[in-house]
Amino acid sequence: MLDRDTVSHVAQLACIALDDDEFSEMRSQLAQILDLFESLSLLQTDQVEPTARVVPLELPLRDDEAKPSLSQDQVLQNAPRIENGHIVVPAVLTDS
Amino acid sequence: MTAHEASGLLRKREVSSVELTEAVLGRIGEVEQSIGAHISVTSDLAMKQAAAADLAIQGGAVHSLCGIPIGLKDVLSTADVETTCGSRMLEGFVPPFDATVVGKLREIGAVFTGKLNLDEFAMGSSTENSAFHVTRNPWDLTRVPGGSSGGSAAAVAACECMVSLGSDTGGSIRQPASFCGVVGIKPTYGRVSRFGLVAFASSLDQIGPIARDVKDAAIVLEAISGGDPKDSTSLHVEVPNYSEVLGRSIEGVRVGVPLEYFGSGLDDDVKELVLKAIDQLDDLGAKVVDVSLPHTEYALATYYLLAPAEASANLARYNGVKYGYSDLDSSDVNDMMAFSRARGFGEEVKRRIMLGTYALSSGYYDAYYLKAQKVRTLIKADFDEVFQNVDLLVTPVSPSVAFPLGDRVDDPYGMYMSDVMTIPASIAGIAGLSVPCGFAEGLPVGLQMLGPALSEPILLQTAYAYEQEAKVSSKAPFLDV
Repeated sequence: MLDRDTVSHVAQLACIALDDDEFSEMRSQLAQILDLFESLSLLQTDQVEPTARVVPLELPLRDDEAKPSLSQDQVLQNAPRIENGHIVVPAVLTDS
Repeated sequence: MTAHEASGLLRKREVSSVELTEAVLGRIGEVEQSIGAHISVTSDLAMKQAAAADLAIQGGAVHSLCGIPIGLKDVLSTADVETTCGSRMLEGFVPPFDATVVGKLREIGAVFTGKLNLDEFAMGSSTENSAFHVTRNPWDLTRVPGGSSGGSAAAVAACECMVSLGSDTGGSIRQPASFCGVVGIKPTYGRVSRFGLVAFASSLDQIGPIARDVKDAAIVLEAISGGDPKDSTSLHVEVPNYSEVLGRSIEGVRVGVPLEYFGSGLDDDVKELVLKAIDQLDDLGAKVVDVSLPHTEYALATYYLLAPAEASANLARYNGVKYGYSDLDSSDVNDMMAFSRARGFGEEVKRRIMLGTYALSSGYYDAYYLKAQKVRTLIKADFDEVFQNVDLLVTPVSPSVAFPLGDRVDDPYGMYMSDVMTIPASIAGIAGLSVPCGFAEGLPVGLQMLGPALSEPILLQTAYAYEQEAKVSSKAPFLDV
């Protein structure tokens, strides 16, 4: 079983507000899934390079030329709250 | 009718795209209530595109997919068409741009009949994680169609479209194709542009076709493949004419049968059908040999570390700010984001984000994520080694046939196990497909073929040869309406 503080910390990092029921369920389900990973710890991988990318890729470059993108209207068309062409969110900097 | 047959009729003007599209929309009207393959049916758009396609056909030479009704998994951004990813988080979200593959099909003159149901954000193996409704397997309405591209597979099987696009991260095209008795291809990683595919796991995701036969799948694959400047992981390698190889003999083709895929977890009747198919390949002249992929048993764990980790990064953007579900009651910005995510995402998505976040967090990164990346190297090396001596591998797609709806919803681990045979190929980035090979308990069973990177031609050639020989019925079940 994962301890409460760990689950709490992960939920905070993941920015998800779990309710009490979800929290308990998550705690036990995650523990079950984490057991899966014990098998990996048995493999000897000290000399093995990690694979981040499965196909050989060269970083593609292009000339630094401005090209058409989306219009402001298009960018804002799905925004939950807009004002004067800006997206509105609760204040980020507060007095506290 | 297959798309290539319909294309012939369209070009001979024996039928019009409008007539074809009306028939398909009619079919959707008849069966959708039972099957639920769609999140949205785009009839107006489809009829407009069909009319335009008819004009194009009258005007001269057109692509073989011009005028053909195609369904799109609802994880593919479609300009001005709601794209939900099967999630409340994106309910009502209308992308201002097309995914590259959608743009390609649009330009060809394909007809978009609807956005197809999926497990939320492509996370799942049964389509039961869709926030909207379940999709039912057309062969048995009490069973799942598979996932996450369940809607895409069910729609093709039930003739609600002629071909569809799905996406595959750990098996999400191949497994539903197997469960629904249709053909599905997961291309080599990078073969098809991911631009506009809402990202789940960036190093694993691929878009691919689902169709009623190998020829249709080959045609669609060719149409959607190609390098894309908007996707820096796409391969700038020429796209072959995939249809050209169909019909060539498979005499001398070296087929490997990896023993690790035939262990105790595999249902007996699925095993029997797959072994029978392998015999048929032998009869057709293929050289069948036993091979081993020793790190297969570590693939599930590796995937369930890599994919959720990448997902936790990709889904960080859904926070109620620029788009998507937003918790407008919160007066604190952090609460707003945390509650938007808590309420917008379903359980499985939250579970995977938590898992991924944990695996990447300080103190656990080395033991989990980095370790998984190293095991990934070993899994890929197994395939590279085996492909020195064989041209392709043949395996089952899934340990069982489609399971009953509700069976595994409370058992995440049991659900994950249905992908145990499709996951290794995704980890290695190699090409894979599922082709129907028979029925067990009246339910379809798929045969998986896996080949090295860019081996789609040999896979298609072999799958076609098998398909023509085996003549497994792809007759769509007709539902009593």
